[in-house]
Amino acid sequence: MDCDSSRTGAEKHTDRDGFMAALAQRHGWENQEKLSRSVVGIAGLGGLGSHIAVSLARLGIGRLVLADYDRVDMTNLHRQQYAFHQVGMEKPKALAEELRRINPFSVYETHFTSVTPENVETLFGRCQVVCEAFDQPEEKAMLTETVLTVLDGIPLVAASGMAGMDSGNKIRTERVMKNFYLCGDGVSDVSLSGSLTEPRVALCAAHQALMVLRLLLGNEEP
Amino acid sequence: MLFVNGKEVEYPGECTISQLLNRLGYRAERTAVERNGEIVPRKSLEHVAVVDGDHLEVVSFVGGG
Repeated sequence: MDCDSSRTGAEKHTDRDGFMAALAQRHGWENQEKLSRSVVGIAGLGGLGSHIAVSLARLGIGRLVLADYDRVDMTNLHRQQYAFHQVGMEKPKALAEELRRINPFSVYETHFTSVTPENVETLFGRCQVVCEAFDQPEEKAMLTETVLTVLDGIPLVAASGMAGMDSGNKIRTERVMKNFYLCGDGVSDVSLSGSLTEPRVALCAAHQALMVLRLLLGNEEP
Repeated sequence: MLFVNGKEVEYPGECTISQLLNRLGYRAERTAVERNGEIVPRKSLEHVAVVDGDHLEVVSFVGGG
């Protein structure tokens, strides 16, 4: 696990106060205090996870737990929040680098590892909300079952169905179980609908990030 | 009668949740299943019997992310 702690001294305070004030001006002080105290986990840092992370960093979520076993590949750049010069880097580190450029005051906890039923509690046990952002349906199902049983009471915001170029209006957020929210159109499988495209994946990721925001502020309705 | 995702499904007689999922065309390894408001652990799918009147919520994931 790595965490950001690169800035020190009085300058940091001034910068941080100014940044927090700017966020609070937009989101409201009371809301911002809640968001700044929050911890959110993201399992998978591809098209969904990298976009969710950028949204949550801009919201000023206090701590993001970022987990992925993969490295940035050239074929990721069409839809994921990585830059050309980051090809070959571990995704968690590459993403944290991008997030620090946006918001250097949140903490980005990076885990270069596969997420398994055995390590879900260690990775995400302290989160208020966990986002499922994997690619493979079997991994999505595994994480869902594990979070809802092992991390009982922690909401999971997952995604299914965002491939291809079908209408964006079909992407929805639904509360399918008590602590389980599902974003996407439910049907657009990457193996049937063709490749993933940036706008549609980003749209689904935005649904997930918005649901996280609503949950953190006490609104359980999708 | 069973209720699967809010729709009535005829109770097929004695079977496990896993067998029911197969009958309904689901691939169990891609699903998350809630039975009467409780999530069913994956390892229980093949052991827990469906009971007449059960309410099942089945989420079947598709690929992409």
